[in-house]
Amino acid sequence: MNEKPLIVENIEKSFGSVQALRGVSLELERGQIYGLIGPDGAGKTTLMRIIVTLLNQDSGKILFQGKDAQKQTAFVRKNIGYMPQRFSLYPDLTVEENLHFFSDLFGVATQVQAQRIERLYQFSRLEPFKDRRAEALSGGMKQKLALSCMLMHEPSVMVMDEPTYGVDPVSRAELWDILKELAGQGKSILVSTAYMDEALLCDRIALIFKGQLLASGTPQELRRTITHALYLIKTQKAHYVFQELRRHFPETDCHLFGEGVHLLDRQNTGLSKIRQMLEQNKLPFESVQQIEPGIEDVFLDLIHRREVEP
Amino acid sequence: MTRTFMSIVKKEFLHIVRDYQTLIIIFIMPVIMLILFGYAITLEMRQIEIAVVDRSRIPQSRMLINHLQSSDFFNIQAYDIPEQQFESYLQQRKVRCIMVIPADFARSLKQERFTPIQLLIDASDPNAANFIQSYLQKIIALFNTENNPQFKFPFEIIPRFMFNPDLKSDYFFVPGLIAVIILLISALLTSIAIAREKERGTFEQILVSPVRASQIILGKVIPYIVLGFLDSTIILVIGHYWFQVPVEGSVLLLLLTLILYLLTGLSFGLFVSTITDSQRTAMLIALLMTILPTILLSGFIFPVPSMPFLFQYVSKIIPATHFLKIIRGILLKGNSLLELKVQIGYLIGLAAFMIVLSIKKFKTSLE
Repeated sequence: MNEKPLIVENIEKSFGSVQALRGVSLELERGQIYGLIGPDGAGKTTLMRIIVTLLNQDSGKILFQGKDAQKQTAFVRKNIGYMPQRFSLYPDLTVEENLHFFSDLFGVATQVQAQRIERLYQFSRLEPFKDRRAEALSGGMKQKLALSCMLMHEPSVMVMDEPTYGVDPVSRAELWDILKELAGQGKSILVSTAYMDEALLCDRIALIFKGQLLASGTPQELRRTITHALYLIKTQKAHYVFQELRRHFPETDCHLFGEGVHLLDRQNTGLSKIRQMLEQNKLPFESVQQIEPGIEDVFLDLIHRREVEP
Repeated sequence: MTRTFMSIVKKEFLHIVRDYQTLIIIFIMPVIMLILFGYAITLEMRQIEIAVVDRSRIPQSRMLINHLQSSDFFNIQAYDIPEQQFESYLQQRKVRCIMVIPADFARSLKQERFTPIQLLIDASDPNAANFIQSYLQKIIALFNTENNPQFKFPFEIIPRFMFNPDLKSDYFFVPGLIAVIILLISALLTSIAIAREKERGTFEQILVSPVRASQIILGKVIPYIVLGFLDSTIILVIGHYWFQVPVEGSVLLLLLTLILYLLTGLSFGLFVSTITDSQRTAMLIALLMTILPTILLSGFIFPVPSMPFLFQYVSKIIPATHFLKIIRGILLKGNSLLELKVQIGYLIGLAAFMIVLSIKKFKTSLE
């Protein structure tokens, strides 16, 4: 099989007058974790639903292992693993009943089921809870169960819609470890997330905003698209400093972050002048330093550029 | 692929068994409804409050009053109230009717003339007024035959009540109740069952699997056929052994038509679930579209021929209209397939139409 697991070509989709997707293209390689990064409402879920044949695109083409997904729905459904955004297992069934039910749906033989469940228990560590109803599981365990259910029919391509949404940090890390392991086994994973820090864990990412791909590449490549210096102004009163800075710099250059304010120096003001300005205006700050841009900075920069040069 | 299908059936049964609140409702509700209809809600009248004004005071008039008193139908609340209070007695609902025996009762009896006895009936409930009139007429007819054996009417209608000689309303309601309950279970529960999967998001997960729509539909429907069957059996058994509703016809034919009727309900439930995503809406639509017409327009209580023409046509597309005729025919009259072929034909037509419609509307994608 030298066909690419998944090729998405110029997909467009509208719901009434709302354009949900305006020509999205991407390619998934074997053993790759491809992250779809974007805020809520960007079109991530719509794209994923089109890929797994739950929705039809208005135009564009999806090639799933070389076959036209729109025409070969049955083939796609048999070989793809899909994890919808919301927890979508049966809360009143036990862990094991859920696993068996979804394996049966995909026609996995009974003997094979037992082996796979055994193996999936090893990584998910759900075995002690196998007789517990899914509704009584914690958020992280629920997601691990959903993942396990999806893996029962051993799909070669997996589509996961915000699998770590609402999951505690420890479980999130665990889930990502599992994804890495799966990719290591040659599976291709398309995963969406609204958490920017998770973007760095992907092999390749696409930034999606208002139904369009702003950019795609490895996380490193995307970080390099920021050509101006980026400064972090560390402060306790981030909100106040942020408001003040916006009077002295273009509003779109300042962004409020958890630990302080990010200032993208598009006008090449320079570190010393910025510090001088802060001191002159008696703004409280701990330090100013140049930092490596994160994915969120890239995102904000791309959105800005999109608006300036349409 | 049969295993996939069995798996869906099994899963659906687990849902039903684990949702014990719904389960209790499913099994308790029919029994409660049966007891309500069997005991409390009845079209028969007993112990009708009556006032008697006897202006003649002769042995014959006392005998007539005794006849009234000894029957279970009337309960004499007041004697000889003055004429000016007649209206206020009726107004205050102290009595529902007043019988006035005129002063010349004795004389006219002797002369074998026509003897008018006045009866004032509160007709604010016209049905009840009719009952009162016909009950009193019966009692007076009885009195006449006892007192004037030689007096002969030119002709007389002698009714004989067939199939339900005691005119018991249980006989009428128990079969009707089965029709309502089955529809409730089949339409309401199926539509909720699918809407619930949509609400939970599990539907999305099922759809992205190689399962065919027909497997999902059948797998979801079969458990409810079983439930509907169990419920119908419970009602039939209680109806037969407790309320003594007869089973004159073939039980097999009854069960076969029952399945047909269940199918119409189930496919309607499926149809409802294809047009809504929330359990609440599904429940409302299913209730409004099934239970109301079934109770009001199918002849469950109100006879179809006395409805306006438009509603008579509407009642033809309500499955219960036909099923009621079938089930009452089989239970009370001992009808066979031959006598019910028109109704069964209607039911097959409606079932086929609903199934085709719901399968056509049932999509295996989200659009």
